[in-house]
Amino acid sequence: MATMVQAIRMALHVGEERLGVTDVFGEDVGPPLGGVFTATQGLKTAWNSPLDERGIIGTAIGLALAGQCPVAEIQFVDYVFNTIDLLKLAGGMSWSSNGDWNCPLVVMTPVGSGIHGSIYHSHSFDGMATHIPGWKIVMPSTPRDAYGLMLSAIKDPNPVMFLAPKALLRAKAAPGEEIPGEPADERQLSKMIDAPLGDRSQWTPQWPDTPDMFIPIGEARTVRKGRDLTVVTYGRMVAVCTKAAEELVSEGVDVEVIDLRTLWPYDWKTLKESIERTSRLLVVNEDTEVTNFGEHIIRRTVEECFYVLSSPPKLLAGAAVPGIGLADNLEHASVPQRAGIAKTMRELAQHQP
Amino acid sequence: MSTSSYQPAPRSDAEALDDTTEKSGNERNVTSADAALAPELLVRMHDLMLKARLLEERLIRMQKQGDGYFWIGGPGEEAFNVPLGMLVDRGEGVFHDYLHLHYRSSATLLAMGADPVDALRQMKNVASDPYSGGRNFAGHPSIRKWNVVPVSSPIEVQYSMAPGTAYAQKRAGGHGITIVTGGDAGTAEGDFPTCLVWTSRPGHELPVLIIVTNNQWGISTAGATQHGEKRISDRGKAFGIKCMTIDGNDPENSYHQIKRAMDYIRTERKPVLMEAMVSRLYGHSSSSGANYVQEEADCLMTFEKKLEERGILTRAHIDELRAKYTQELLDASKRVREEAQPEGSTIYDHVFAETNIVGLAAAKSRATANGRGN
Repeated sequence: MATMVQAIRMALHVGEERLGVTDVFGEDVGPPLGGVFTATQGLKTAWNSPLDERGIIGTAIGLALAGQCPVAEIQFVDYVFNTIDLLKLAGGMSWSSNGDWNCPLVVMTPVGSGIHGSIYHSHSFDGMATHIPGWKIVMPSTPRDAYGLMLSAIKDPNPVMFLAPKALLRAKAAPGEEIPGEPADERQLSKMIDAPLGDRSQWTPQWPDTPDMFIPIGEARTVRKGRDLTVVTYGRMVAVCTKAAEELVSEGVDVEVIDLRTLWPYDWKTLKESIERTSRLLVVNEDTEVTNFGEHIIRRTVEECFYVLSSPPKLLAGAAVPGIGLADNLEHASVPQRAGIAKTMRELAQHQP
Repeated sequence: MSTSSYQPAPRSDAEALDDTTEKSGNERNVTSADAALAPELLVRMHDLMLKARLLEERLIRMQKQGDGYFWIGGPGEEAFNVPLGMLVDRGEGVFHDYLHLHYRSSATLLAMGADPVDALRQMKNVASDPYSGGRNFAGHPSIRKWNVVPVSSPIEVQYSMAPGTAYAQKRAGGHGITIVTGGDAGTAEGDFPTCLVWTSRPGHELPVLIIVTNNQWGISTAGATQHGEKRISDRGKAFGIKCMTIDGNDPENSYHQIKRAMDYIRTERKPVLMEAMVSRLYGHSSSSGANYVQEEADCLMTFEKKLEERGILTRAHIDELRAKYTQELLDASKRVREEAQPEGSTIYDHVFAETNIVGLAAAKSRATANGRGN
């Protein structure tokens, strides 16, 4: 029963062994630490870079152009902002050269709040990322999806941004959501692939035999079928929305929860089918609310589903403030919380035109 | 326009060598004087410099006549850029050189064998522009089959990408190197020290020729008003990188120095920082008028005078060549004018690649290398 961070690590291992990954690199990514969240422990191609995000992204682009298969980590997405022109360059490599080049690289980076990360360890990047054409953007909410999406990201001939909700990195898979081949006993898995405390120089991981299980980029997952309201969400908010939806069952409110999983190119077919069936839409994410990716989903919904809607589509997102404050009260006031989500779900489901 | 007061005297070859912090066995204190280049090479170098200059002048003319929206290029840098292009190991994949150029590199491309008509096509933004299909400015080439990475307008970003191709080359073995070039003003960006740091990591030094063509200008701003460092190349010293400042207006000197630097990089697999003092003969771009600047040294004129004095070329021959290329480029520009613009409906083409083009090319070059026991 892997955690998300273990799932990512196993996927990177499969990437190295079978999908041609040549470099997993970034700050503290190589030994001895193996990543500040342990995502890269024990990987044979992992190496430490200088503390230079522009160098990390630039070098990843160079490696990609030379036909390598790099996975670069930005330690926290809060530190990716000074690389945005390089991200634009990577995203535009194929288009600008009219198809002469492609730029196959993966950037993985932890995002979002929920670990008391204060101002610079809590940022979201989904709105910004979806504003950089030429990238595919994925964001898993379960270890199994993290595993399968990472394999797809590695295999894709384009730049792929793998946004890992940092509050979920140590969350375990739900029963039935295991990765095929992983030991059922979480302690056994830990013994196999988690680096020991202290001296690690002699340690080698024992990787479980996990398969090439690709979760296709661009496919949403319906977490919970429902009748009255479609909730479109992703990352950390998937579990929060699902719990809120469960709370409403006793009130006779039946909410459908869709985990988008890929932000670009996203699964409009699944969304549209659901919205037309429930006639109501709520989008939930942690990013700041102004020019939020959810606004795009709502715009498209209004344009394409206007006459079937029974309530105004709504967005619950982060407050448009410069950061997430450290104190609990500040964090709770800054990003959507379960009670508020449940309240909005109830209001929308009961709204009559 | 006056030249800036920032005038680091280009050093002689021997002095430049003293800049380096260590010397490898295969180096010697060559100077242009004691290693005269063969007359055929000089004639070829002149031919390319002349053609490159006339190409830029044709591009400027096209822009002024409305056959293009913007011009930027490298007239004044031919004496450095031509030898560079001649010395490139041209090809595809890690066993050849990668080039992270910028928008003043047309002479390098010509010396590598590029068709000047393609530059005209990019100026005219026609669909047949092989570099970008009418999407990008003149002077922004992309040639994957020669490892010429797409040139982009943001200043200095190429210096952050260069370590990546070089890392792949070092890992692959062989003698392929990465060449990155940009101007002096851009070294103020963080990407420049990124390149110095990433190419000199202890035990992981990278085979990169880090070039700065120093024309002492950043658009309208004189370098000396913004930069306190005496020489840009000095910045490499702190990293143990071999550094040199050379006279980039002398093609023979450039040829020797580039060759010497490349030989070192190809064999030692370590970086060299080369600052080449050059002129900017038509200003920054069409935005600043693109008119000939009388005050700066013209490397083509100086070189032609030298070749005449040595009896290698005659004025009559040079005039004949000039007239011939001028006419050819004029005719070509007229043909290009008739070529089709890209269709608006193509804007969504190539946002995403369908196949891993660079990955397949890498696999192919690995197979070839294995075949020849590289």
